[in-house]
Amino acid sequence: MKKIKCYNYKIDKNDFVNAGKVSSEIKKNLKKIGFTNRIIRRIAVISYEGEMNIIIHSEGGEIDFEIYEDKIILKINDKGPGIDDVNLAMTEGYSTAPSEIRELGFGAGMGLPNINNCSDNFNITSSKNGTKIESTICLE
Amino acid sequence: MNIKNMIEKLELDEVTNLSNDIEFENVYIGDLLSVVMSNAKENSIWITIQTHLNIVAVADLIDIAGIIIVEDMEVDKDTIEKANELEIPILTTDKSAYEIACGIYKLEN
Repeated sequence: MKKIKCYNYKIDKNDFVNAGKVSSEIKKNLKKIGFTNRIIRRIAVISYEGEMNIIIHSEGGEIDFEIYEDKIILKINDKGPGIDDVNLAMTEGYSTAPSEIRELGFGAGMGLPNINNCSDNFNITSSKNGTKIESTICLE
Repeated sequence: MNIKNMIEKLELDEVTNLSNDIEFENVYIGDLLSVVMSNAKENSIWITIQTHLNIVAVADLIDIAGIIIVEDMEVDKDTIEKANELEIPILTTDKSAYEIACGIYKLEN
């Protein structure tokens, strides 16, 4: 299927000041194109959780955001150190975020489950070199 | 219900400098950002004790109508600046989340 548009966003580790900026950009672009609120909301949740995961847990990374005629794909990739136990990380409420981060309201242990719940297709692989998430949303 | 009207009736303090002439349809209480992200409905008033910059990002992403920060928490300057920029009203009170929620309920019924 034809790729209509493609965006790439770099995200730095520990960049809490700019947290949410990428998701906000993605949302703006989707609104401009004219997607429904329901689709925009799902993608906003996926990109925000992906962005926060990179900021809190990784050495930095990027989000590729691809729009096709029939679907949207978000590729959320970071540079490591990877997730020890991916199954555990997919459990709602399980978090490895430090306490000072949790006090700010992050690290609820809902990041990956939220991404999964908002995706029609969800795939995650992780090694010490990085975590790769691919989330697909089918367009109705 | 209108935010302006609610500010007056519940004696909320405005920390942003916005018109507040906004209608809201729901209320959501939560302090864990991911949980708020996935559950709060659009056009909600969001009641929280979180004060840092990222609440504005979350509110903007899920179309929150306005934020009420309870328990007399001091709001970060960056948070107020960003909220003014994105036109998301932030209101504060020394009351608890429960008291504010009850107050809004009474106004509606």
